[in-house]
Amino acid sequence: MSTADINEKHPLDLDQARVSIKKPETRSDIQGDLTDQERVDTAMRNFVKDFGAVAATYMEACVHCGHCAEACHFYVQTQDPKYTPIWKLEPFKQAYKREAGPFAWFYRALNLKRKVTTRELEAWQELIYDSCTMCGRCSLICPMGIDIATLVGLARHGMFQAGLVPHELWAVAERAEREGSPLGATADVFEDRVEWMGDEHEVEMNIDLDQADVMVTLSSIEIQKYPKSMADLAKVMNHMGLSWTFRTDGYEATNFGMLSGNSAWQRDMSMKIIDAAIKIGAKTVILPECGHAYGALRWQGANVYGKPLPFRVRHISEFLAEAAREGKLKLKKVDKSVTFHDPCQVSRRGGATQAPRDVISALGLEMRETQDHGDYNWCCGGGGGVITIHRADPIRYKAFEIKMRQIDEIEADLMVTSCANCRQNFDDSQQHFQWDRKMESLLELVADNLIEDPA
Amino acid sequence: MTLLEFARGPGLQWSLVILAVGMMWRLVGILALKHKPDFSEPRAGGGAMFAGAVKTVFTRMVYAKPFRTQTTLASLLSYVFHIGLAIVVFGFGPHILFIRDLTGLSWPNLPSGMIYLTGVITLGALVALLIRRMTHPVLRLLSNFDDYFSWLVTVLPIATGLLAVAHLGARYETLLGLHILSVELLLVWLPFGKLGHAFLVFVSRATTGAVFARRGAAT
Repeated sequence: MSTADINEKHPLDLDQARVSIKKPETRSDIQGDLTDQERVDTAMRNFVKDFGAVAATYMEACVHCGHCAEACHFYVQTQDPKYTPIWKLEPFKQAYKREAGPFAWFYRALNLKRKVTTRELEAWQELIYDSCTMCGRCSLICPMGIDIATLVGLARHGMFQAGLVPHELWAVAERAEREGSPLGATADVFEDRVEWMGDEHEVEMNIDLDQADVMVTLSSIEIQKYPKSMADLAKVMNHMGLSWTFRTDGYEATNFGMLSGNSAWQRDMSMKIIDAAIKIGAKTVILPECGHAYGALRWQGANVYGKPLPFRVRHISEFLAEAAREGKLKLKKVDKSVTFHDPCQVSRRGGATQAPRDVISALGLEMRETQDHGDYNWCCGGGGGVITIHRADPIRYKAFEIKMRQIDEIEADLMVTSCANCRQNFDDSQQHFQWDRKMESLLELVADNLIEDPA
Repeated sequence: MTLLEFARGPGLQWSLVILAVGMMWRLVGILALKHKPDFSEPRAGGGAMFAGAVKTVFTRMVYAKPFRTQTTLASLLSYVFHIGLAIVVFGFGPHILFIRDLTGLSWPNLPSGMIYLTGVITLGALVALLIRRMTHPVLRLLSNFDDYFSWLVTVLPIATGLLAVAHLGARYETLLGLHILSVELLLVWLPFGKLGHAFLVFVSRATTGAVFARRGAAT
């Protein structure tokens, strides 16, 4: 490796005064070899690239009331103003006003908005990735109705192309694009594990059938960490007597392309599922217990495809609720109390808030809602790729304290969710805090309480 | 031409032109951008989207329950000064005469004493909000020129109006001229800064209302 340009790439700061208190160094990662100027230009170009009327409206409407801070778990738990949701977009707001807004010529002519620098973008990496799960709670508090989470998603497009992504998130996204799974659950691994779970739980597995009405997808977190969910899915499908299959060419529903901000990878990941479902003539694609998978395929899938999808897309909790409603699920009653942790992307941002509650009621469980629940549920802090970013661990744990507090308050026997990423975050945080509660899966609860025909 | 004549004549005309053209430019500049089609299967159809858009314009006037503890003070103060401004602008006899001369429309006025009191309360709420902006860590970080200048151009008409009716500080004609000019400054600035929310609030709330109603999600 040549070191000729080392002084430009990693300048030594020998001139700054030494008397002041040393600030802790802000850590940020960079990918690729772009120059500073190229990075800023690329970031801004890709930020405004997908800019439609909706995003522009949001950019224009903020009145700086600051109330979004009160809805954000990262601000509420740290009281650090830099975690104010709309502040996370400050450089992008500036760039928008200077380069793209209706008065851009005016701002530029009088130099009213400074040009954003690479250093600023590097400093903002922590705000756009580490401390935002795109949970959209702030979007609900905003008196102007600005959907801040969507803007953070667009800012990530810019940051990705500029090579300014936290490295762990970049690496898992790259791996997902290359291997088909962010966690090493390649098609072969997946096939092995499906077979293993079939044997282990004595359930008939359908994989790579040429035709099926229902195509069932998974999250790599389930395949690798909670493999029983594959058996649980099969159990439920078999119980309902459906024509269904897993497909090794379209099984991974998590979309790290979307989370990291790479639209091309997002498209690749969605198209695998879409193509596989079309190939087998599926009428329904079931999305796994994963929040962002739902946003990616249910609400963005057709737009990636460019026309309406020729099949229905349903989250597993919606599918179970529908089956319970239609009497297709025969369930044992469970004599316990339960609380439900709403995955942000499925409930608040997906509109499927009622579905898990219907399933819980079909199981005869006593529902105990936390103080803030449903659409106003506090995010667990691990979504949006945050859990993959190691340097974000301290702030993620801090945010999680709200969850522990609210769940402890209601003293339910069980706590259940329908997102493997939330579940993973709960498991990790449980260990960290030595908390005496265990997060369970809604699907598993259903699968474990099916009344099987003796015949 | 005296200050008052300028304020009542070309000053008024030009400020209204700038307000109209500026606001049109800004709204068209936003709304003429591409509207991307959404191909996802809606949970709720077209009618629900429209209903969601209209509903959200109104529901966001009040903070949802889970957010109220933290937002009550600021939203109360905001309500006081918005309603106070409306009462003063549309309830004060001389204002109604001014509007009648411009548009031909007229309605009964409120007692002047009540208007003065409202003016003082409105001013008080705005001062309280400025203090909050300058002391709250989040607001200090967020605030820029626009925030402080918009505050100033909102306060000036109330302050000069109160001075004019109290005949304090200068000749009445001069005070009145300054008062009208300060309103014109407000009108001229409105399209360019955050005061544009007077129009944008409808666009932005309705947009979110429609997008999320389509998903059957909370708006």
